Amino acid sequence: MTTLSMADMQAIADRHPGVVTGSWRKSLIGWAVSAGIVAYLVFAWWFFSVGAVLAGGNWGIAGTYLADWVSYEVRPQVAFKDGRLDVSYPRFSSYRADRHPDWLDITQPAGATIAGNKAPADRVVAHIGSSTAIDIAPERVVVTHGGETLDVTIAPSRSISVTGTLPAWATQKAPGQKIVADFGFAGGLQIDGDDVKIRHRFLGWENFFFDANSPFWGKSTGEVLSLVFSGERLDPKMSNTALAWDNIVNNSEWQHGDVWLKLAQTIVMAFVGTLFASLIAFPLAFAAARNITRNRLVNQVTKRFFDFLRSVDMLIWALFFTRAFGPGPIAGISAIFFTDTGTFGKLYSEALENIDDKQREGMRSVGASPASVQRYGVVPQVLPVLVSQSLYFWESNTRSATIIGAVGAGGIGLKLWEAMRTNSDWENVAYMVLLILIVVFIFDNISTALRHRLIGGKSSH
Amino acid sequence: MTMPLTEAGLAVERHWRELASRRRLHTIGGLILLFLALSGSLWFANESNAGKFFDRLPHFFDFVDQLIPRDGLEVWRAMFDLPSPYADGSLKFDYPEGRVYLVGSFYVPEYVYKMLETINIALVSTLIGFAFGFLLCFLAASNLVTQRWLRFFVRRFLEILRAFPEIVIAGFFLAVLSMSAIPAIIAVSLHTIGALGKLFFEVVENADMKADEGLRAVGGNWPERVWFGIVPQVMPNFLSYGLLRLEINVRASTIIGAVGGGGIGEALRLSISRNHEAKTIAIIILLFCTIVAVDQFSAWLRKKLVGEQAFAFGRGE
Repeated sequence: MTTLSMADMQAIADRHPGVVTGSWRKSLIGWAVSAGIVAYLVFAWWFFSVGAVLAGGNWGIAGTYLADWVSYEVRPQVAFKDGRLDVSYPRFSSYRADRHPDWLDITQPAGATIAGNKAPADRVVAHIGSSTAIDIAPERVVVTHGGETLDVTIAPSRSISVTGTLPAWATQKAPGQKIVADFGFAGGLQIDGDDVKIRHRFLGWENFFFDANSPFWGKSTGEVLSLVFSGERLDPKMSNTALAWDNIVNNSEWQHGDVWLKLAQTIVMAFVGTLFASLIAFPLAFAAARNITRNRLVNQVTKRFFDFLRSVDMLIWALFFTRAFGPGPIAGISAIFFTDTGTFGKLYSEALENIDDKQREGMRSVGASPASVQRYGVVPQVLPVLVSQSLYFWESNTRSATIIGAVGAGGIGLKLWEAMRTNSDWENVAYMVLLILIVVFIFDNISTALRHRLIGGKSSH
Repeated sequence: MTMPLTEAGLAVERHWRELASRRRLHTIGGLILLFLALSGSLWFANESNAGKFFDRLPHFFDFVDQLIPRDGLEVWRAMFDLPSPYADGSLKFDYPEGRVYLVGSFYVPEYVYKMLETINIALVSTLIGFAFGFLLCFLAASNLVTQRWLRFFVRRFLEILRAFPEIVIAGFFLAVLSMSAIPAIIAVSLHTIGALGKLFFEVVENADMKADEGLRAVGGNWPERVWFGIVPQVMPNFLSYGLLRLEINVRASTIIGAVGGGGIGEALRLSISRNHEAKTIAIIILLFCTIVAVDQFSAWLRKKLVGEQAFAFGRGE
């Protein structure tokens, strides 16, 4: 084996400078392009004022929003009132004055009655995890977390004072003011002059199957199953199975029925839009292909028509048809249909222009009618390719249909957008995204499998 | 005249008939299934639409009527922010309001500025997507990475980026960052990383490995092999896909704009919903010309880069 020493390599490089060092012009172009890109990015940074926007962003809340995708909070509120406590919950909570979560121990005064949405209590102990306890008595709060204790007394003047030192997990901006304690993911609390707000976060989706108004709410899977299959009728009007199904579909928090309906609309939009576009583009492509229709005027007119349909964006079509037909899937179908007739027309006519002419010649030589020439001489060659292209777009249109839905063209897009705008339903967003991902995944696989069967082997894109 | 067939001939004929009839059955069955799915879908779409198709169809052109401005020049006044003779203080004719002054009295018309904003969103996202797609694609190529787990991980990652709905990413960052173009840039960039990454690693897998072999033989390490052996061959295809992606991203950033990401999309949605016909037509013309220009430019450049191959099918999603 021959080995080169450094000196040899140097000598060879000196002898053939053009081979080793490459042209300076090329490397100059490389540097110029890189410098241009960097300059452009600097310009873009300024143009979009990226720095200011990122700095002004509400990053603290981003974590909460992300956590909301897969978890939920229960927020009881304990108010100090005339030497006793009032426990209440936010408006849309699953818990009410007569129904408390099991991690909240409430000692009720003898003979007390629930007034409105508030439950009276002498003492409330909240257990957040195993090492955290919040013990609330009138005008006094004792919080134990991670072996440290926070002892808070509230004076009649509503001034808040701490006995001993403030642990690291609690903050008080100034003496006498509110105290905020944070236990990480599990939750936290805020002590004000007149009440204590507790947050306890749980992993998972709250009330995914049954909302709090359902008789099945709060029951374990086993209990629900035994009720559904063998229990007494909970509602005399219908069987338990029907009741359970009805409760799931009409779940007020997750709106399963509506979400599924909107998802079906999105799927239908993509399916019908793509199918109609293929059916209309197919004959038009024959007019556009210059080897099939030997008339340059017809070719050009059809091709420019395709370009027009394609270049008026799907968004414009979607907004246009939403105005014309009202919000809903018909607008979405029309938008996909118009845009994709243009795209398919272009692709199909290109496929037709690349066919092998021998089969048509054969058909013509045996005296076949013009229609038969196309049917037997052209269609068998291109059909698999055309169908495969349509299938490919069917899958990608399912994604597009989601987006144009958000401008009013029907389907799950709008529902998704509404859920995001409220900033409190991120778990519903996660649920819909999951459904969309599943649908796209299934369609992707169906379309790939069909395409493989049609054109065999690796798909050609 | 027909010859009587032998035993073997009859068997072949019978078999052929069976195959042919089964095939016909499959075709007819498939068509019936497709027809049923289509009519079911159409019925469902019509039922769940706000307006019924046949009820709305006669009024279809009413809306088109509303799109015609009072006189043709209004469109140009709206496009270039010139004062309108019909100005009555309403939003409909306040064209000069939107001027973006650069130096002294030199201004960029509002919609041209918004169009530029959208183009820049698309361009920045394509650049970011290209850069990260470039970095990731080599890790997903089976001819360069022997660790199955790494390839698997990178490919799934790209798949998730590609399939995740863009409007959700945009919506999430809109909630965090308030109104600006950044949410649209983030959403389109992330999608672009996934889409380009996939196309890129397929190109890398089809690359000629001889150059790589040569580099391995002289002891080149992994980055050197990729940089000197693979990148020069795949770069034209990468650039071509990047340009194709730019075309798609111009459209995508318009759509994201319409759902709250700023730029021309939002202006279009607002003007259509407020019945500002001259503004609507002006925006549609601008958008149409931009899309045609970007498509033509990209097609020309791709043809220079990779020849006829540039027109291989697919939007590359």
